[in-house]
Amino acid sequence: MTQQTIPFADLVVIGAGPAGMAAATEAAKAGLSVTLLDEAPAPGGQIYRGIETAGPRRLQILGPDYAEGRSLADSFRASGATYLAGALVWNIGTDRVIDYSHQGVSHQLRAGAIIAATGALERPMPIPGWTLPGVTTVGALQILLKGSGVVAEDAVLVGSGPLLWLLAAQMVDAGCPPRAVVENLPRGRTRAALPHLLRALRARSYLAKGLALMRKVKAAGVPIHRHASGLAVEGADAARALVFAVGGRTQRIETTSIALHQGVVPNQQVTRLMLADHRWDAGQHCFRPVLDAHGQTSVPGLYVAGDGAGIGGARAAALQGRLVALSITGGDPARIVRLRAALARDAAIRPFLEALYAPAPEVLAPADDTIICRCEEVTAGTIRATVDLGAPGPNQVKSMLRTGMGPCQGRVCGLAVAGIIAARKGEDPQVTDYYRIRPPLKPIPLAELAGFAPGIAAE
Amino acid sequence: MPRRIDPEGATLSFTFEGRRIEARAGDSVAAALTAAGIRDLRDSAVSGQPRGIFCMMGACFDCLVEIDGQPNRQACMIPVTEGLTVRRQRGAAEVHP
Repeated sequence: MTQQTIPFADLVVIGAGPAGMAAATEAAKAGLSVTLLDEAPAPGGQIYRGIETAGPRRLQILGPDYAEGRSLADSFRASGATYLAGALVWNIGTDRVIDYSHQGVSHQLRAGAIIAATGALERPMPIPGWTLPGVTTVGALQILLKGSGVVAEDAVLVGSGPLLWLLAAQMVDAGCPPRAVVENLPRGRTRAALPHLLRALRARSYLAKGLALMRKVKAAGVPIHRHASGLAVEGADAARALVFAVGGRTQRIETTSIALHQGVVPNQQVTRLMLADHRWDAGQHCFRPVLDAHGQTSVPGLYVAGDGAGIGGARAAALQGRLVALSITGGDPARIVRLRAALARDAAIRPFLEALYAPAPEVLAPADDTIICRCEEVTAGTIRATVDLGAPGPNQVKSMLRTGMGPCQGRVCGLAVAGIIAARKGEDPQVTDYYRIRPPLKPIPLAELAGFAPGIAAE
Repeated sequence: MPRRIDPEGATLSFTFEGRRIEARAGDSVAAALTAAGIRDLRDSAVSGQPRGIFCMMGACFDCLVEIDGQPNRQACMIPVTEGLTVRRQRGAAEVHP
């Protein structure tokens, strides 16, 4: 065996969604050696999933905003950046040495700079019965449509947010409209959002699109239930019905497919692993990494672009990807000014959306017997009782109950657990904080770990 | 029952619990099982309750199955290849020393 130099890239981008593709393209064009690591088999991230293979029928259903992703993917492919599909990053050291798994073997890569473009996760929406087969996220149903052209028949879409209406409209166009849309926003949200309308008019294409989606779903005759509360899934071995109440009247819709959505939140796994500073964003009801004007975190050399930096959507993600790459490469200042102006215009819709679609109070305060940690099957009541026993935060609750210690490592339950603890203690979520995220970022087989010899090449 | 809206992709096949499942090129194992109407992919590790797909993007780990003898594989992250042997996962995977 001989000592081997770890391969080096000026820039390593993690994630091949709009932010990652745009960042890698810009940096490669500027002459940097760039490697993009992405877990999926093809570029696009979740928003442009299947973008290189979707045929005319799928493109028509998914719409022009989706089709925009094709030119991003084409430019990325032509950029000269090294692209490793199916590469799972499982650890990053403070020396920016990245451990990743590719085709069952782990490797190392040293980065001059890292851009985490790992996007968003759907906010946890714990309701009774949400672990039953047949209950998915709304994002999951859209992924089935984008990636495989598979559409659930009879699906009931439950919750709130732009993605819920987008998928409902796409299902209408696919000839498979949802059985019902059940929106769980409390009354008064439109009024709460109105003060932000003037600013939102600067990004009015989003408003027009949203209204068009709702009109399409309504015109297709899909029953729309607004201001629903008391949501629960019924079923023994699989989902059989959704029950909810509107205006004190209980309703029940029989279905085998129930899709939940309550907005999206930054995926914090990489930035938390590297101990970057995070701040609670009260407007978006989530944590986001603290970034300087160049998109750099408190950890030198670690940058974030896209929804992982705070939710802004696909167009903003691509703009941020370009901006962060240009900051690193020292790009044309005039272009940076133009991109920043475009980003500011695009962001004008956000305060309106955040006020309208803030998570429902019911979702933030689940009943005691509702499962919160799906992996370890821990209920809200058990978490509250553990706080009452003196557990000061998410990491102590994790030690005592194993919440966030299952295979998902807190990706699903993290914000819900932190929120329940903060509410029980009556403290700001910033004080409660979040799970300490540890390597491996995702489980890898023990045999692979055993065969992993960093810096050593077998002869 | 879910349905396919377009005829894209070549046809592949694999087995789930011995049953032959038809897939299209580009399907993940989870997508192909969903298209075949299969919702129940494993028993949960703690209480043994049935679980199926949830996030479809590799985050939730609810779709863990055994593929070609290896347990704990994320069905939503593994593209179907011809002839895979997929089995339902029962509870926590066993570690054989």
